[in-house]
Amino acid sequence: MTVTKYELLNYFRSRRFFVLLIIGLLISGLLTAVVGYYRPSSFVDNVLGFYASWWGSSQLATLVIILSGIFFGGDAISGEFQNKTGYYLVPNPLRRSSIYVGKWLAAFSASLIIIAEFAFITMANGFYYFGLNVPTQFGYSLLLAAMYLAAVLGFTFFFSSLFKSSSMSILVTAILFLFAFTLIQTLIVSLVKIEPWFMLTYGSDTIANVLQDQYPQHVTTGHIRGPESPIATVYNVTIPEGVAIMVAYFIVTGILGLVLFERKEFT
Amino acid sequence: MPSIEARDLTKRYGSFAALSNLNLKIEGAKCVGFLGPNGAGKTTTLKIFTDLIRASSGQALINGVDVHKEKKKALDPCGVLIETPEIYPALTPREALSMISEIRGVPRQERAKRVEAVVAEVKMEEWMDKKVGKFSKGMKQRINVATALLTDPDIVLLDEPTTGLDPRGQAEVRDIVKSLKQKNRLVFMSSHLLNEVSEVCDEVAMIDHGKLLVYDTLTSVTEKFTQDGGEVEVHVDLLKDIDDKTLSSQVSPIAGVVSAEKVAARTLRIRMTGGLDDQSRLLSELVTLKIGVVSFRPSTSRLEDTYLKMIKDTL
Repeated sequence: MTVTKYELLNYFRSRRFFVLLIIGLLISGLLTAVVGYYRPSSFVDNVLGFYASWWGSSQLATLVIILSGIFFGGDAISGEFQNKTGYYLVPNPLRRSSIYVGKWLAAFSASLIIIAEFAFITMANGFYYFGLNVPTQFGYSLLLAAMYLAAVLGFTFFFSSLFKSSSMSILVTAILFLFAFTLIQTLIVSLVKIEPWFMLTYGSDTIANVLQDQYPQHVTTGHIRGPESPIATVYNVTIPEGVAIMVAYFIVTGILGLVLFERKEFT
Repeated sequence: MPSIEARDLTKRYGSFAALSNLNLKIEGAKCVGFLGPNGAGKTTTLKIFTDLIRASSGQALINGVDVHKEKKKALDPCGVLIETPEIYPALTPREALSMISEIRGVPRQERAKRVEAVVAEVKMEEWMDKKVGKFSKGMKQRINVATALLTDPDIVLLDEPTTGLDPRGQAEVRDIVKSLKQKNRLVFMSSHLLNEVSEVCDEVAMIDHGKLLVYDTLTSVTEKFTQDGGEVEVHVDLLKDIDDKTLSSQVSPIAGVVSAEKVAARTLRIRMTGGLDDQSRLLSELVTLKIGVVSFRPSTSRLEDTYLKMIKDTL
Protein backbone atom coordinates (compact mmCIF):
# COMPACT_ATOMS: atom_id res chain seq x y z
CA MET A 1 0.00 0.00 0.00
CA THR A 2 2.96 2.32 0.54
CA VAL A 3 3.88 2.19 -3.14
CA THR A 4 0.24 2.88 -4.07
CA LYS A 5 0.02 5.83 -1.70
CA TYR A 6 3.11 7.62 -2.98
CA GLU A 7 2.48 6.70 -6.62
CA LEU A 8 -0.96 8.27 -6.29
CA LEU A 9 0.58 11.34 -4.73
CA ASN A 10 2.93 11.54 -7.70
CA TYR A 11 -0.04 11.17 -10.10
CA PHE A 12 -2.08 13.85 -8.35
CA ARG A 13 0.75 16.33 -8.75
CA SER A 14 1.48 15.35 -12.33
CA ARG A 15 0.38 17.22 -15.42
CA ARG A 16 -1.12 14.12 -17.00
CA PHE A 17 -3.71 13.71 -14.24
CA PHE A 18 -4.97 17.25 -14.74
CA VAL A 19 -4.84 16.91 -18.52
CA LEU A 20 -7.11 13.86 -18.25
CA LEU A 21 -9.44 15.65 -15.84
CA ILE A 22 -9.67 18.53 -18.31
CA ILE A 23 -10.23 16.16 -21.25
CA GLY A 24 -13.07 14.55 -19.26
CA LEU A 25 -14.53 17.96 -18.50
CA LEU A 26 -14.24 19.09 -22.12
CA ILE A 27 -15.94 15.97 -23.50
CA SER A 28 -18.69 16.22 -20.89
CA GLY A 29 -19.09 19.96 -21.40
CA LEU A 30 -19.35 19.59 -25.17
CA LEU A 31 -21.93 16.82 -24.84
CA THR A 32 -23.88 18.84 -22.28
CA ALA A 33 -23.99 21.79 -24.66
CA VAL A 34 -24.94 19.73 -27.74
CA VAL A 35 -27.68 17.76 -25.93
CA GLY A 36 -28.96 20.91 -24.22
CA TYR A 37 -29.17 22.83 -27.49
CA TYR A 38 -30.43 20.19 -29.95
CA ARG A 39 -32.29 17.96 -27.48
CA PRO A 40 -31.98 14.78 -29.61
CA SER A 41 -34.84 12.39 -29.01
CA SER A 42 -32.55 9.46 -28.28
CA PHE A 43 -31.30 11.44 -25.26
CA VAL A 44 -34.38 13.15 -23.93
CA ASP A 45 -37.24 10.73 -24.65
CA ASN A 46 -36.70 8.39 -21.70
CA VAL A 47 -34.28 7.99 -18.83
CA LEU A 48 -32.69 4.69 -19.94
CA GLY A 49 -32.26 6.04 -23.48
CA PHE A 50 -30.49 9.07 -22.02
CA TYR A 51 -27.96 6.96 -20.11
CA ALA A 52 -27.58 4.53 -23.03
CA SER A 53 -26.82 7.36 -25.44
CA TRP A 54 -24.61 9.42 -23.15
CA TRP A 55 -22.63 6.66 -21.44
CA GLY A 56 -23.02 3.71 -23.81
CA SER A 57 -23.54 4.16 -27.50
CA SER A 58 -21.49 7.37 -27.70
CA GLN A 59 -18.49 5.17 -26.77
CA LEU A 60 -17.25 8.06 -24.65
CA ALA A 61 -17.06 5.98 -21.47
CA THR A 62 -14.80 3.41 -23.15
CA LEU A 63 -12.73 6.23 -24.66
CA VAL A 64 -12.20 7.75 -21.20
CA ILE A 65 -11.24 4.30 -19.87
CA ILE A 66 -8.76 3.72 -22.68
CA LEU A 67 -7.22 7.18 -22.27
CA SER A 68 -6.85 6.61 -18.52
CA GLY A 69 -5.25 3.23 -19.18
CA ILE A 70 -2.77 4.76 -21.60
CA PHE A 71 -1.99 7.81 -19.44
CA PHE A 72 -1.55 5.93 -16.18
CA GLY A 73 -0.50 2.47 -17.29
CA GLY A 74 1.43 3.11 -20.51
CA ASP A 75 4.72 3.95 -18.85
CA ALA A 76 4.06 2.80 -15.30
CA ILE A 77 6.70 0.07 -15.50
CA SER A 78 8.84 1.14 -18.49
CA GLY A 79 9.27 4.55 -16.81
CA GLU A 80 10.99 2.84 -13.88
CA PHE A 81 13.68 1.71 -16.31
CA GLN A 82 13.88 4.70 -18.62
CA ASN A 83 13.70 7.39 -15.92
CA LYS A 84 15.83 5.35 -13.51
CA THR A 85 13.27 5.71 -10.71
CA GLY A 86 13.52 1.93 -10.37
CA TYR A 87 17.03 2.41 -8.98
CA TYR A 88 15.44 4.23 -6.05
CA LEU A 89 12.66 1.76 -5.38
CA VAL A 90 13.83 -1.74 -6.37
CA PRO A 91 16.98 -2.08 -4.21
CA ASN A 92 14.85 -2.05 -1.06
CA PRO A 93 13.65 -5.04 0.96
CA LEU A 94 10.49 -5.18 -1.10
CA ARG A 95 9.31 -7.80 -3.60
CA ARG A 96 9.06 -6.66 -7.19
CA SER A 97 5.52 -8.04 -7.22
CA SER A 98 4.64 -5.58 -4.43
CA ILE A 99 5.93 -2.72 -6.57
CA TYR A 100 3.97 -3.98 -9.60
CA VAL A 101 0.72 -4.46 -7.69
CA GLY A 102 1.17 -1.17 -5.83
CA LYS A 103 1.65 0.75 -9.05
CA TRP A 104 -1.29 -1.04 -10.68
CA LEU A 105 -3.57 -0.12 -7.78
CA ALA A 106 -2.45 3.50 -8.00
CA ALA A 107 -3.14 3.60 -11.74
CA PHE A 108 -6.54 1.94 -11.18
CA SER A 109 -7.48 4.43 -8.44
CA ALA A 110 -6.37 7.46 -10.48
CA SER A 111 -8.30 6.17 -13.51
CA LEU A 112 -11.39 5.57 -11.37
CA ILE A 113 -11.33 9.24 -10.36
CA ILE A 114 -11.33 10.28 -14.03
CA ILE A 115 -14.18 7.86 -14.81
CA ALA A 116 -16.06 9.01 -11.71
CA GLU A 117 -15.80 12.59 -12.98
CA PHE A 118 -17.36 11.56 -16.30
CA ALA A 119 -20.05 9.46 -14.56
CA PHE A 120 -20.85 12.30 -12.17
CA ILE A 121 -21.43 14.75 -15.04
CA THR A 122 -23.51 12.11 -16.84
CA MET A 123 -25.70 11.72 -13.75
CA ALA A 124 -25.90 15.49 -13.22
CA ASN A 125 -27.31 15.85 -16.73
CA GLY A 126 -29.61 12.88 -16.10
CA PHE A 127 -30.91 14.59 -12.93
CA TYR A 128 -31.54 17.75 -14.92
CA TYR A 129 -33.66 15.99 -17.55
CA PHE A 130 -35.25 13.17 -15.51
CA GLY A 131 -34.81 13.98 -11.83
CA LEU A 132 -33.16 11.63 -9.35
CA ASN A 133 -34.28 8.56 -11.28
CA VAL A 134 -31.07 6.64 -12.08
CA PRO A 135 -31.74 3.29 -13.81
CA THR A 136 -30.25 0.17 -12.22
CA GLN A 137 -28.68 -0.67 -15.59
CA PHE A 138 -26.39 2.36 -15.21
CA GLY A 139 -25.02 0.81 -12.01
CA TYR A 140 -24.32 -2.46 -13.90
CA SER A 141 -22.69 -0.49 -16.69
CA LEU A 142 -20.45 1.28 -14.16
CA LEU A 143 -19.42 -2.08 -12.73
CA LEU A 144 -18.62 -3.42 -16.21
CA ALA A 145 -16.70 -0.21 -16.92
CA ALA A 146 -14.59 -0.82 -13.80
CA MET A 147 -13.92 -4.38 -15.01
CA TYR A 148 -12.95 -3.09 -18.43
CA LEU A 149 -10.62 -0.57 -16.80
CA ALA A 150 -8.97 -3.40 -14.84
CA ALA A 151 -8.46 -5.37 -18.05
CA VAL A 152 -7.16 -2.35 -19.98
CA LEU A 153 -4.69 -1.56 -17.18
CA GLY A 154 -3.60 -5.20 -17.06
CA PHE A 155 -2.89 -4.95 -20.76
CA THR A 156 -1.11 -1.59 -20.60
CA PHE A 157 1.02 -2.76 -17.66
CA PHE A 158 1.96 -5.84 -19.67
CA PHE A 159 3.16 -3.70 -22.57
CA SER A 160 4.84 -1.35 -20.15
CA SER A 161 6.79 -4.31 -18.76
CA LEU A 162 7.67 -5.47 -22.25
CA PHE A 163 9.41 -2.25 -23.29
CA LYS A 164 12.12 -0.23 -21.59
CA SER A 165 11.17 2.91 -23.46
CA SER A 166 8.19 4.83 -22.06
CA SER A 167 7.26 6.43 -25.38
CA MET A 168 7.30 3.06 -27.13
CA SER A 169 5.01 1.41 -24.57
CA ILE A 170 2.61 4.37 -24.60
CA LEU A 171 2.57 4.48 -28.41
CA VAL A 172 1.97 0.75 -28.83
CA THR A 173 -0.87 0.64 -26.30
CA ALA A 174 -2.46 3.77 -27.80
CA ILE A 175 -2.36 2.33 -31.33
CA LEU A 176 -3.73 -1.02 -30.16
CA PHE A 177 -6.65 0.36 -28.16
CA LEU A 178 -7.57 3.36 -30.26
CA PHE A 179 -7.29 1.76 -33.72
CA ALA A 180 -5.95 -1.76 -34.07
CA PHE A 181 -8.35 -3.72 -31.84
CA THR A 182 -11.46 -2.14 -33.39
CA LEU A 183 -10.09 -2.69 -36.88
CA ILE A 184 -9.15 -6.32 -36.19
CA GLN A 185 -12.58 -6.96 -34.63
CA THR A 186 -14.36 -5.54 -37.68
CA LEU A 187 -12.19 -7.57 -40.06
CA ILE A 188 -12.74 -10.79 -38.11
CA VAL A 189 -16.52 -10.39 -38.16
CA SER A 190 -16.83 -9.27 -41.78
CA LEU A 191 -14.16 -11.44 -43.44
CA VAL A 192 -13.62 -14.51 -41.28
CA LYS A 193 -17.24 -14.44 -40.07
CA ILE A 194 -16.55 -15.74 -36.57
CA GLU A 195 -17.45 -14.34 -33.20
CA PRO A 196 -14.51 -12.21 -31.92
CA TRP A 197 -14.74 -13.71 -28.41
CA PHE A 198 -10.99 -13.28 -27.96
CA MET A 199 -11.02 -9.48 -28.40
CA LEU A 200 -11.08 -7.27 -25.32
CA THR A 201 -12.93 -4.53 -27.19
CA TYR A 202 -15.68 -7.08 -27.97
CA GLY A 203 -16.05 -7.80 -24.26
CA SER A 204 -16.31 -4.07 -23.55
CA ASP A 205 -19.47 -3.84 -25.69
CA THR A 206 -21.37 -5.04 -22.59
CA ILE A 207 -20.89 -1.54 -21.08
CA ALA A 208 -23.21 -0.10 -23.76
CA ASN A 209 -25.40 -3.17 -24.34
CA VAL A 210 -26.48 -3.43 -20.71
CA LEU A 211 -28.09 0.01 -21.06
CA GLN A 212 -30.37 -1.13 -23.88
CA ASP A 213 -34.08 -1.47 -23.18
CA GLN A 214 -33.75 -5.12 -24.13
CA TYR A 215 -30.32 -6.70 -24.13
CA PRO A 216 -29.44 -7.36 -27.82
CA GLN A 217 -29.65 -10.90 -29.18
CA HIS A 218 -26.35 -12.78 -29.14
CA VAL A 219 -26.34 -13.52 -32.87
CA THR A 220 -28.51 -11.86 -35.50
CA THR A 221 -28.44 -12.53 -39.22
CA GLY A 222 -30.04 -10.41 -41.86
CA HIS A 223 -29.68 -8.21 -44.91
CA ILE A 224 -27.54 -5.12 -44.37
CA ARG A 225 -29.82 -2.72 -46.35
CA GLY A 226 -32.61 -4.13 -48.48
CA PRO A 227 -33.62 -7.68 -49.51
CA GLU A 228 -31.15 -7.49 -52.41
CA SER A 229 -28.13 -6.67 -50.22
CA PRO A 230 -25.84 -9.41 -48.88
CA ILE A 231 -26.66 -11.25 -45.68
CA ALA A 232 -24.52 -10.32 -42.68
CA THR A 233 -24.15 -11.78 -39.21
CA VAL A 234 -23.91 -9.46 -36.20
CA TYR A 235 -22.48 -10.70 -32.91
CA ASN A 236 -23.43 -9.14 -29.62
CA VAL A 237 -21.41 -10.18 -26.64
CA THR A 238 -23.46 -11.65 -23.78
CA ILE A 239 -22.85 -10.38 -20.25
CA PRO A 240 -21.24 -13.62 -18.96
CA GLU A 241 -19.12 -13.76 -22.10
CA GLY A 242 -18.08 -10.10 -21.73
CA VAL A 243 -17.22 -10.55 -18.06
CA ALA A 244 -15.22 -13.70 -18.88
CA ILE A 245 -13.28 -11.90 -21.63
CA MET A 246 -12.42 -8.96 -19.37
CA VAL A 247 -11.48 -11.17 -16.42
CA ALA A 248 -9.37 -13.40 -18.66
CA TYR A 249 -7.52 -10.41 -20.13
CA PHE A 250 -6.96 -8.97 -16.66
CA ILE A 251 -5.57 -12.23 -15.26
CA VAL A 252 -3.48 -13.33 -18.25
CA THR A 253 -1.92 -9.94 -19.03
CA GLY A 254 -1.50 -9.23 -15.31
CA ILE A 255 0.46 -12.44 -14.77
CA LEU A 256 2.50 -12.02 -17.96
CA GLY A 257 3.35 -8.41 -17.08
CA LEU A 258 4.36 -9.39 -13.56
CA VAL A 259 6.58 -12.24 -14.80
CA LEU A 260 8.26 -9.85 -17.28
CA PHE A 261 8.86 -7.26 -14.57
CA GLU A 262 10.26 -9.91 -12.21
CA ARG A 263 12.73 -11.02 -14.85
CA LYS A 264 13.63 -7.65 -16.29
CA GLU A 265 17.07 -6.27 -15.49
CA PHE A 266 18.20 -2.74 -14.78
CA THR A 267 21.16 -2.79 -17.14
CA MET B 1 29.21 -9.47 12.26
CA PRO B 2 27.95 -7.95 8.97
CA SER B 3 29.15 -9.69 5.83
CA ILE B 4 28.74 -9.74 2.09
CA GLU B 5 29.95 -12.56 -0.08
CA ALA B 6 30.13 -13.21 -3.80
CA ARG B 7 30.35 -16.94 -4.40
CA ASP B 8 31.37 -17.95 -7.94
CA LEU B 9 29.36 -14.99 -9.14
CA THR B 10 29.05 -14.91 -12.91
CA LYS B 11 27.10 -12.62 -15.20
CA ARG B 12 27.00 -13.14 -18.93
CA TYR B 13 25.44 -11.04 -21.66
CA GLY B 14 25.44 -13.43 -24.59
CA SER B 15 29.06 -14.44 -25.09
CA PHE B 16 30.38 -11.50 -23.05
CA ALA B 17 31.19 -12.25 -19.43
CA ALA B 18 30.71 -9.12 -17.32
CA LEU B 19 31.59 -11.13 -14.23
CA SER B 20 33.48 -14.36 -14.20
CA ASN B 21 33.39 -16.59 -11.12
CA LEU B 22 33.90 -13.73 -8.71
CA ASN B 23 34.71 -14.90 -5.21
CA LEU B 24 34.92 -12.22 -2.57
CA LYS B 25 34.03 -12.34 1.11
CA ILE B 26 34.00 -9.18 3.21
CA GLU B 27 33.28 -9.42 6.92
CA GLY B 28 33.16 -7.02 9.80
CA ALA B 29 32.99 -3.31 10.34
CA LYS B 30 35.21 -1.72 7.75
CA CYS B 31 35.20 0.25 4.54
CA VAL B 32 36.19 -1.61 1.41
CA GLY B 33 36.93 0.22 -1.82
CA PHE B 34 35.91 -1.58 -4.99
CA LEU B 35 38.16 -0.49 -7.83
CA GLY B 36 38.47 -1.26 -11.49
CA PRO B 37 38.34 0.42 -14.90
CA ASN B 38 35.11 1.12 -16.77
CA GLY B 39 33.38 -2.12 -17.68
CA ALA B 40 35.37 -4.12 -15.14
CA GLY B 41 32.25 -5.44 -13.43
CA LYS B 42 31.99 -3.20 -10.35
CA THR B 43 28.47 -1.92 -10.95
CA THR B 44 27.37 -5.33 -12.23
CA THR B 45 28.47 -6.85 -8.91
CA LEU B 46 26.64 -4.22 -6.88
CA LYS B 47 23.51 -4.53 -9.03
CA ILE B 48 23.41 -8.28 -8.40
CA PHE B 49 23.72 -7.63 -4.66
CA THR B 50 20.72 -5.30 -4.86
CA ASP B 51 18.40 -7.33 -7.12
CA LEU B 52 18.66 -4.87 -10.01
CA ILE B 53 20.03 -7.67 -12.17
CA ARG B 54 20.28 -11.44 -11.79
CA ALA B 55 23.46 -13.49 -11.76
CA SER B 56 23.89 -16.04 -14.55
CA SER B 57 25.31 -18.37 -11.92
CA GLY B 58 26.73 -18.21 -8.43
CA GLN B 59 25.40 -16.51 -5.33
CA ALA B 60 25.33 -13.06 -3.81
CA LEU B 61 25.01 -13.39 -0.05
CA ILE B 62 24.36 -10.68 2.50
CA ASN B 63 24.82 -11.86 6.07
CA GLY B 64 24.68 -15.36 4.58
CA VAL B 65 21.29 -14.78 2.94
CA ASP B 66 20.97 -15.22 -0.83
CA VAL B 67 19.73 -11.95 -2.36
CA HIS B 68 18.05 -13.74 -5.24
CA LYS B 69 16.15 -16.23 -3.08
CA GLU B 70 15.30 -14.05 -0.06
CA LYS B 71 15.52 -10.49 -1.23
CA LYS B 72 13.56 -8.95 1.64
CA LYS B 73 15.63 -10.62 4.34
CA ALA B 74 18.92 -10.08 2.54
CA LEU B 75 18.45 -6.37 1.83
CA ASP B 76 16.84 -5.53 5.16
CA PRO B 77 20.13 -4.57 6.87
CA CYS B 78 21.42 -2.66 3.82
CA GLY B 79 21.50 0.94 2.75
CA VAL B 80 21.99 1.15 -0.98
CA LEU B 81 22.98 3.71 -3.56
CA ILE B 82 23.49 2.36 -7.09
CA GLU B 83 24.39 4.76 -9.90
CA THR B 84 22.33 7.96 -9.69
CA PRO B 85 18.73 6.97 -9.00
CA GLU B 86 15.93 9.34 -9.91
CA ILE B 87 13.22 10.07 -7.38
CA TYR B 88 9.60 10.63 -8.49
CA PRO B 89 9.86 14.27 -9.57
CA ALA B 90 6.60 15.38 -7.98
CA LEU B 91 7.65 14.19 -4.52
CA THR B 92 9.60 16.24 -2.00
CA PRO B 93 12.62 14.78 -0.17
CA ARG B 94 10.44 14.46 2.94
CA GLU B 95 7.88 12.39 1.01
CA ALA B 96 10.44 10.31 -0.89
CA LEU B 97 12.30 9.46 2.29
CA SER B 98 9.04 8.80 4.15
CA MET B 99 8.11 6.34 1.41
CA ILE B 100 11.38 4.45 1.84
CA SER B 101 11.10 4.53 5.64
CA GLU B 102 7.59 3.05 5.38
CA ILE B 103 8.81 0.37 2.97
CA ARG B 104 11.68 -0.42 5.30
CA GLY B 105 9.40 -0.65 8.32
CA VAL B 106 10.67 2.29 10.34
CA PRO B 107 8.17 2.72 13.22
CA ARG B 108 5.67 5.51 12.50
CA GLN B 109 6.68 7.62 15.52
CA GLU B 110 10.36 7.58 14.45
CA ARG B 111 9.89 8.28 10.74
CA ALA B 112 9.75 12.08 10.75
CA LYS B 113 12.73 12.29 13.11
CA ARG B 114 14.83 9.89 11.04
CA VAL B 115 13.99 11.66 7.80
CA GLU B 116 14.93 15.04 9.24
CA ALA B 117 18.16 13.65 10.69
CA VAL B 118 19.44 12.16 7.43
CA VAL B 119 18.42 15.21 5.40
CA ALA B 120 20.38 17.34 7.87
CA GLU B 121 23.33 14.97 7.51
CA VAL B 122 23.50 15.71 3.78
CA LYS B 123 22.78 19.41 4.42
CA MET B 124 19.54 19.61 2.46
CA GLU B 125 17.22 20.89 5.21
CA GLU B 126 16.26 23.98 3.22
CA TRP B 127 15.04 21.81 0.37
CA MET B 128 13.10 19.35 2.48
CA ASP B 129 9.69 20.37 1.12
CA LYS B 130 10.59 21.34 -2.44
CA LYS B 131 9.81 19.02 -5.35
CA VAL B 132 12.75 16.80 -6.33
CA GLY B 133 12.06 17.43 -10.03
CA LYS B 134 13.57 20.91 -9.63
CA PHE B 135 16.82 19.67 -8.07
CA SER B 136 20.25 19.57 -9.70
CA LYS B 137 22.01 16.24 -10.15
CA GLY B 138 24.19 16.91 -7.12
CA MET B 139 21.21 17.77 -4.92
CA LYS B 140 19.44 14.58 -5.99
CA GLN B 141 22.56 12.60 -5.18
CA ARG B 142 22.61 14.09 -1.69
CA ILE B 143 19.05 12.87 -1.18
CA ASN B 144 20.09 9.47 -2.52
CA VAL B 145 22.90 9.35 0.02
CA ALA B 146 20.40 10.32 2.73
CA THR B 147 18.13 7.49 1.56
CA ALA B 148 20.97 4.98 1.90
CA LEU B 149 21.52 6.11 5.49
CA LEU B 150 17.85 6.31 6.44
CA THR B 151 17.57 3.15 8.52
CA ASP B 152 21.04 3.41 10.05
CA PRO B 153 21.97 0.21 8.18
CA ASP B 154 24.65 -2.28 9.22
CA ILE B 155 25.79 -2.65 5.62
CA VAL B 156 26.09 0.19 3.12
CA LEU B 157 26.54 -0.54 -0.59
CA LEU B 158 27.61 2.50 -2.55
CA ASP B 159 28.28 2.74 -6.27
CA GLU B 160 30.37 5.83 -6.98
CA PRO B 161 28.50 7.84 -4.35
CA THR B 162 30.23 11.15 -5.10
CA THR B 163 29.18 11.18 -8.77
CA GLY B 164 27.66 14.52 -9.68
CA LEU B 165 28.67 16.20 -6.43
CA ASP B 166 30.73 19.35 -6.22
CA PRO B 167 34.03 19.21 -4.28
CA ARG B 168 32.32 20.25 -1.05
CA GLY B 169 29.65 17.59 -1.55
CA GLN B 170 32.33 14.99 -2.26
CA ALA B 171 34.17 15.91 0.95
CA GLU B 172 30.92 15.71 2.91
CA VAL B 173 30.15 12.24 1.54
CA ARG B 174 33.66 11.13 2.46
CA ASP B 175 33.07 12.42 5.98
CA ILE B 176 29.78 10.52 6.12
CA VAL B 177 31.53 7.30 5.07
CA LYS B 178 34.21 7.88 7.69
CA SER B 179 31.52 8.38 10.33
CA LEU B 180 29.92 5.09 9.26
CA LYS B 181 33.22 3.36 9.93
CA GLN B 182 33.24 4.81 13.42
CA LYS B 183 29.75 3.40 13.94
CA ASN B 184 31.07 -0.07 13.09
CA ARG B 185 29.29 -0.40 9.77
CA LEU B 186 30.43 -2.41 6.76
CA VAL B 187 30.77 -0.10 3.77
CA PHE B 188 31.40 -1.54 0.31
CA MET B 189 32.02 1.29 -2.10
CA SER B 190 32.97 1.37 -5.75
CA SER B 191 34.79 4.43 -6.95
CA HIS B 192 36.98 5.77 -9.73
CA LEU B 193 38.52 8.26 -7.35
CA LEU B 194 41.61 6.63 -5.93
CA ASN B 195 42.33 9.47 -3.53
CA GLU B 196 38.84 9.05 -2.16
CA VAL B 197 39.39 5.33 -1.62
CA SER B 198 42.82 5.97 -0.07
CA GLU B 199 41.28 8.48 2.30
CA VAL B 200 38.30 6.52 3.56
CA CYS B 201 38.84 2.80 2.94
CA ASP B 202 40.64 0.23 5.06
CA GLU B 203 40.67 -2.47 2.42
CA VAL B 204 40.57 -2.54 -1.33
CA ALA B 205 39.27 -5.05 -3.89
CA MET B 206 40.39 -4.61 -7.47
CA ILE B 207 38.52 -6.11 -10.36
CA ASP B 208 39.12 -6.17 -14.09
CA HIS B 209 37.43 -8.04 -16.93
CA GLY B 210 35.00 -9.45 -14.37
CA LYS B 211 37.74 -11.10 -12.35
CA LEU B 212 39.03 -10.24 -8.91
CA LEU B 213 42.68 -9.21 -9.08
CA VAL B 214 43.36 -8.57 -5.43
CA TYR B 215 41.56 -8.11 -2.12
CA ASP B 216 43.58 -7.06 0.89
CA THR B 217 44.17 -4.17 3.24
CA LEU B 218 45.14 -0.93 1.57
CA THR B 219 48.57 -1.04 3.16
CA SER B 220 49.28 -4.64 2.13
CA VAL B 221 48.19 -4.08 -1.45
CA THR B 222 50.27 -0.95 -1.95
CA GLU B 223 53.26 -2.37 -0.07
CA LYS B 224 53.22 -5.54 -2.09
CA PHE B 225 53.21 -3.81 -5.42
CA THR B 226 55.69 -1.07 -4.66
CA GLN B 227 58.07 -3.59 -3.10
CA ASP B 228 57.79 -5.78 -6.18
CA GLY B 229 59.99 -3.39 -8.15
CA GLY B 230 57.44 -0.59 -8.36
CA GLU B 231 58.91 2.87 -8.76
CA VAL B 232 57.66 5.95 -6.98
CA GLU B 233 58.30 9.48 -8.12
CA VAL B 234 58.89 11.95 -5.33
CA HIS B 235 58.94 15.72 -5.55
CA VAL B 236 61.14 17.53 -3.03
CA ASP B 237 60.95 21.29 -2.50
CA LEU B 238 63.98 22.99 -0.98
CA LEU B 239 64.54 26.17 0.95
CA LYS B 240 67.65 27.08 -1.05
CA ASP B 241 69.21 26.30 -4.44
CA ILE B 242 70.99 22.98 -4.78
CA ASP B 243 74.08 22.57 -6.95
CA ASP B 244 74.65 19.72 -9.39
CA LYS B 245 77.60 18.37 -7.44
CA THR B 246 75.56 17.89 -4.25
CA LEU B 247 72.83 16.26 -6.30
CA SER B 248 75.11 13.76 -8.01
CA SER B 249 77.45 13.05 -5.14
CA GLN B 250 75.07 13.04 -2.19
CA VAL B 251 71.46 12.55 -3.32
CA SER B 252 71.78 10.10 -6.23
CA PRO B 253 73.85 7.53 -4.27
CA ILE B 254 71.17 7.14 -1.53
CA ALA B 255 69.95 3.55 -1.47
CA GLY B 256 66.80 3.00 -3.52
CA VAL B 257 67.17 6.16 -5.59
CA VAL B 258 66.95 5.32 -9.29
CA SER B 259 67.42 8.86 -10.56
CA ALA B 260 67.52 12.37 -9.16
CA GLU B 261 67.19 15.54 -11.20
CA LYS B 262 66.53 19.23 -10.74
CA VAL B 263 63.16 20.35 -12.03
CA ALA B 264 63.89 23.90 -10.88
CA ALA B 265 66.60 25.51 -8.82
CA ARG B 266 64.83 24.52 -5.61
CA THR B 267 62.83 21.49 -6.71
CA LEU B 268 64.03 17.91 -7.14
CA ARG B 269 62.37 14.99 -8.84
CA ILE B 270 63.56 11.68 -7.44
CA ARG B 271 62.55 8.29 -8.75
CA MET B 272 62.96 5.56 -6.18
CA THR B 273 61.99 1.96 -5.49
CA GLY B 274 60.59 0.54 -2.30
CA GLY B 275 57.71 1.02 0.06
CA LEU B 276 56.73 3.47 2.75
CA ASP B 277 59.73 2.55 4.91
CA ASP B 278 62.09 3.37 2.07
CA GLN B 279 60.36 6.70 1.51
CA SER B 280 60.73 7.49 5.20
CA ARG B 281 64.41 6.56 5.09
CA LEU B 282 65.01 8.70 2.00
CA LEU B 283 63.37 11.69 3.67
CA SER B 284 65.52 11.23 6.78
CA GLU B 285 68.69 11.07 4.71
CA LEU B 286 67.74 14.17 2.71
CA VAL B 287 67.17 16.04 5.97
CA THR B 288 70.54 14.84 7.24
CA LEU B 289 72.16 16.36 4.15
CA LYS B 290 70.98 19.80 5.38
CA ILE B 291 69.87 20.88 1.92
CA GLY B 292 66.78 22.61 3.36
CA VAL B 293 63.93 20.17 2.67
CA VAL B 294 60.62 22.04 2.80
CA SER B 295 58.26 19.41 1.39
CA PHE B 296 58.44 15.80 0.29
CA ARG B 297 55.54 14.37 -1.70
CA PRO B 298 55.01 11.37 -3.97
CA SER B 299 53.73 12.60 -7.35
CA THR B 300 51.03 9.94 -7.46
CA SER B 301 49.40 8.12 -4.59
CA ARG B 302 50.70 4.66 -3.82
CA LEU B 303 47.24 3.29 -4.49
CA GLU B 304 47.26 4.91 -7.90
CA ASP B 305 50.66 3.39 -8.66
CA THR B 306 49.37 0.00 -7.59
CA TYR B 307 46.15 0.41 -9.55
CA LEU B 308 47.93 1.43 -12.75
CA LYS B 309 50.38 -1.42 -12.43
CA MET B 310 47.67 -4.00 -11.81
CA ILE B 311 45.33 -2.84 -14.52
CA LYS B 312 48.17 -2.50 -17.02
CA ASP B 313 49.25 -6.04 -16.17
CA THR B 314 45.86 -7.41 -17.15
CA LEU B 315 45.66 -5.77 -20.56
